[in-house]
Amino acid sequence: MSGNALRPADENELREIVRAAIAEKQTLEVRGAGTKRGLGRPVAADAPLDLSRLAGVKTYEPEELVLTAGAATPLAEIERLVAQKGQRLAFEPPDYAPLYGGAAGRQTLAGVVATNLAGSRRISAGAARDHFLGFRAVNGRGETFKAGGQVVKNVTGYDLCKLLAGSYGTLALLTEMTVKVLPVAETEATLALSRLSDEAAMRAMADAMGSAFEVSAAAHLPDGIAASVVYQSDGAATLLRLEGPQPSVEARVEGLRALLRPHGAAERLSPPDSKLAWRALANAEPFTHDLEHPLWRLSVPPTAGAATARAITDGLGGSYFFDWGGGRIWLELNGAPSGAGAAIVRAATAKAGGHAVLVRASEETRRTVAPFDPGAPGLFALSKRVKAGFDPLGLFNPGRMYEGV
Amino acid sequence: MLMPPPDQAVMARKAALVARLRDAVPGEGVIADLDAIRTYDCDGLTAYKALPLAVVLPEDTAQVAAVLKICKELGVKVVPRGAGTGLSGGALPIEDGVILGLGKFKKILDIDFANRCTVVQPGVTNLAITQAVEHAGFYYAPDPSSQIACTIGGNVAENSGGVHCLKYGVTTNNLLGLEFVTLDGEILRIGGKHLDADGYDLLGIMTGSEGLLGVITEVTVRILQKPPVARALLLGFSSSEAGGDCVAAVIAAGVIPGGMEMMDRPAIKATEDFVHAGYPLDVEAILIVELDGPEAEVDYLVERVEAIARDCGAVEVRVSTSEEERLRFWAGRKAAFPAVGRISPDYICMDGTIPRKRLPEVLTRMTELSRQYGLRVANVFHAGDGNLHPLILFDANTPGELEKAEAFGGDILKLCVEVGGVLTGEHGVGVEKRDLMGTMFDEDDLKQQQRVKCAFDPEGLLNPGKVFPQLHRCAELGKMHVHAGQLRFSHLPRF
Ligand SMILES: Cc1cc2nc3c(=O)[nH]c(=O)nc-3n(C[C@H](O)[C@H](O)[C@H](O)COP(=O)(O)OP(=O)(O)OC[C@H]3O[C@@H](n4cnc5c(N)ncnc54)[C@H](O)[C@@H]3O)c2cc1C
Repeated sequence: MSGNALRPADENELREIVRAAIAEKQTLEVRGAGTKRGLGRPVAADAPLDLSRLAGVKTYEPEELVLTAGAATPLAEIERLVAQKGQRLAFEPPDYAPLYGGAAGRQTLAGVVATNLAGSRRISAGAARDHFLGFRAVNGRGETFKAGGQVVKNVTGYDLCKLLAGSYGTLALLTEMTVKVLPVAETEATLALSRLSDEAAMRAMADAMGSAFEVSAAAHLPDGIAASVVYQSDGAATLLRLEGPQPSVEARVEGLRALLRPHGAAERLSPPDSKLAWRALANAEPFTHDLEHPLWRLSVPPTAGAATARAITDGLGGSYFFDWGGGRIWLELNGAPSGAGAAIVRAATAKAGGHAVLVRASEETRRTVAPFDPGAPGLFALSKRVKAGFDPLGLFNPGRMYEGV
Repeated sequence: MLMPPPDQAVMARKAALVARLRDAVPGEGVIADLDAIRTYDCDGLTAYKALPLAVVLPEDTAQVAAVLKICKELGVKVVPRGAGTGLSGGALPIEDGVILGLGKFKKILDIDFANRCTVVQPGVTNLAITQAVEHAGFYYAPDPSSQIACTIGGNVAENSGGVHCLKYGVTTNNLLGLEFVTLDGEILRIGGKHLDADGYDLLGIMTGSEGLLGVITEVTVRILQKPPVARALLLGFSSSEAGGDCVAAVIAAGVIPGGMEMMDRPAIKATEDFVHAGYPLDVEAILIVELDGPEAEVDYLVERVEAIARDCGAVEVRVSTSEEERLRFWAGRKAAFPAVGRISPDYICMDGTIPRKRLPEVLTRMTELSRQYGLRVANVFHAGDGNLHPLILFDANTPGELEKAEAFGGDILKLCVEVGGVLTGEHGVGVEKRDLMGTMFDEDDLKQQQRVKCAFDPEGLLNPGKVFPQLHRCAELGKMHVHAGQLRFSHLPRF
């Protein structure tokens, strides 16, 4: 196996390739569409393994709320198919390709699940992990195995789907996947508050999220960022989305507006503006321009959002916005500080009780600064043992998540 | 059900073990007296009983860690236990092991309304979490029927569901963080008040691990605002097929109800005789559909579901107009288990999930099996997510009948797998379905799962004999087999 990409046509061929790799001790760089290669550490593998042929929807049963497809099925194909039946992947899968200068619309199902992505609806509908029901895969021992099932409710055996979601192709090679699909909401509405400080926005979002109005997404865009996401915004914008049947949304818009009164007068975005804004937020579009600027993605307790972002940008300079009611912070640093400012970012995140991922940085930086926080030594050691349980020789995506793993 | 043979050497060292445990957990925390131990001889799967060497009831995480270290050192098996309401024998004692009960972990540690979560100890009951936050309008969404008794630690270990989980998710979707202790006595924390830590999702794998990976000592869950309004429809159908079609039609219309429960004729009859909820008796199936949320939404959806039900040929359509009526609709369903308990000396509750569209076929074949085994069966069904609870009626005092009931249950679960479903939707594998795992998974599937177990518990001392039909030593599982002969590059040197 030289530098030529290996492109197995099916699971059997893939298994043979892995068995050969075992015999030759060849490491493999695993790719679907390759849109997120900039996420994680650079992989130094003996050969690229291109899984893009393991594609195609196998079964789609709208009334059972499940879809089974080849792992490398383009996500766009799945989204189109389920939209015809009024359904969607409720975790609002974002497309990170433009963050790395790539074209949107090419990513695969396995790609979004193996990185456990989620859009703004994470707080009400979960992440990719919550919608991943079952799979077939090849492990690093050259064995085909399956886990989970093809029904929405299942506790038979360990929930290996959870481990595979967010494993960045380092545990096993997914060949076929079953995911949950859900009905598209009949309609949506977004209320926008203007010109709130970060702290005031955190309070407004906490009030909204803590209400019974079933807010499906809550984001705050400081001045300077807001204009690129919300059409004609005037200064900072705080967005709250309601989804559901028309009469319900209308009633909740009024209720939420009244609740938010103490924070200011809420404007209602037009439906197309609302859709565009949330798409832009999920994809972190404000940060798709200066590709050499390091980009961080933080997850913290929602009320800690404002203070965490301030602590980081006070020292390093940069711009940011909040999703998930304040709990997710997208933060782009100005210029290219040494080590992508990791020490400061991680200290601030740890203080808040959260974690930070370096989503974008130069290859050199990603090699030296851990994009994923290895966490406490005990947990890291356990994670390494889990990895060895799937891929004992370390063949798949060596070093993608952690150095030497 | 065969458990691994007890290790006589371990059994012989009981006195020494008890003494060591008493050092670690002073006071009344170690129970070794046979009569007192008997309280712990089974869980909700009462057909199986065993006496452990001792029961240990630590009070804090440090004591849990100390107990586990001692057990590891002495090679003693450990069975974690919450309230013992599990229905698959997950907390069934092991004769050469100890029960590690979390019953004293009863504190609610933190209520954080602004971040919409609470941090609790594992022995807190499911309902107590809701009770601690409901003054502010909040609740904890997953609601197993056993919620007054079962603990949140047990819920996490079983990944428990409830009537409302189609809309609100099961335990794993509502969990933010855990503290747990490994068999080494190492205390690990995952997650917190934030979502989706990076790294392997150890929170996800711990959930539903049935006490085989670690002992949970602290749990952070999300809490939600209680929906302001709930209304229910009671629908009757002249065939279970029509009922199933109605469920499919509701979902196809884009409606995800808060709850959607079905009962078949025998279950309707048993509950009606018991609680007189006013269910129609001339139908083959009833469906209870609950819509919850803001008032405007509930009113709107009730109308839509009503129209769908009429289109599907419902022969009975009632819509609750008061809270009292809604609760009456539920009264029968909620009393289904005790109602069946009344008409039969014993029953076992099965828990398979099927693709919903296969329901009519599964019910027909279940009726055939019922005739074949000469045992009655009543069905309650979490219809929205296809989770079937057949209750098999039998008399344990009639020799051979328990075995017959179990064989019947096994056939039902095999049928679930055959039609594309799974062995268990929410009750877990435990010992009950352990030996059926092979119908759903092959050797390689099961070995891969056991390698995860090895990463957490290489000695295999945490709850062995549960979940996996065959115990493999971790060293054996870790060996690499090179698939010689099939290799294109077999001349290359091996490692
Ligand atoms: C009448 C009745 C109705 C029920 N209804 C439902 C229902 O609607 N939905 C549903 O999902 N289940 C239901 N159950 C099953 C049962 O209540 C759940 O599985 C529950 O989560 C068990 O909790 P427990 O505290 O009783 O755990 P136990 O029975 O004590 O233990 C269950 C398993 O968890 C492990 N465990 C317990 N605590 C810990 C811990 N702290 N750390 C590690 N492992 C631990 C045990 O080893 C065991 O394997 C019902 C049971 C009954 C009796």
